[in-house]
Amino acid sequence: MADPMKIRANVVGDSTEVKVLMSHEMETGQRKDAAGKTIPAWFIQNVTATHNGKTVLSAQWGPAISKNPFLSFKFKGGAKGEKVQITWVDNKGDKRTDEATIG
Amino acid sequence: MDGKRREMLKAGGGVTLLSLLVAAGWLRPGDAMAADWNKAAFETKSMDETVKALGGSTPAQSKDITFISTPDIAENGAVVPVGVTSAIPKTESIAILVEKNPNMLTATFDIPPGTEPSVTTRVKMGQSSNVYALVKADGKYYVASKEIKVTLGGCGG
Repeated sequence: MADPMKIRANVVGDSTEVKVLMSHEMETGQRKDAAGKTIPAWFIQNVTATHNGKTVLSAQWGPAISKNPFLSFKFKGGAKGEKVQITWVDNKGDKRTDEATIG
Repeated sequence: MDGKRREMLKAGGGVTLLSLLVAAGWLRPGDAMAADWNKAAFETKSMDETVKALGGSTPAQSKDITFISTPDIAENGAVVPVGVTSAIPKTESIAILVEKNPNMLTATFDIPPGTEPSVTTRVKMGQSSNVYALVKADGKYYVASKEIKVTLGGCGG
């Protein structure tokens, strides 16, 4: 199981700013190991953020997103104490969901 | 007679097993994971192909798309911060493309109403290249570009 994400959600004016740091290798499938064998691709394909059951951002990623991906975005609404949930799914079907309280 | 009964049993058993599998979530009809990832778009190698794979036509240049917290020169190609903000009304999605990467398309973000058309992430770049921000707004495509120089490649170079 992958390590938990670090999520920060803060109210800025009338919107909520969300910053996420995920823990993932994001292997491109282009690199070779010491023996010259290609290291198979392993990367996050889908990211979804929800707030109060409503999707506030959904993303599709390719392998060119950096290792341990960072993502930041803002959505309108959101109050202190409410939750923001982030889910990712990688190309091996692994998934992880974490949530943070808006501060 | 007897043979027919065997067949009936077999057919009945088959149906039960299948529905059990569906119920257990082993066979999800139209698995969301596979359907949500636009494989064709992520395998394209040029701007035109990518836009086509995303379902659009040739994008128009736009000055309303800006790069935020994006460097002119990146020291480490493995971690290049790229932020894109669109001032175009009804922005529906933002895509980030790196021209000289093996596959151009790096990421697409769907922006539902209520979310600000502004995202920041970090991308890998093999070498100095133009980075494109492709914005879909009100069904039309717009593009802006920025050159980022990389002093150290993202692929172990």
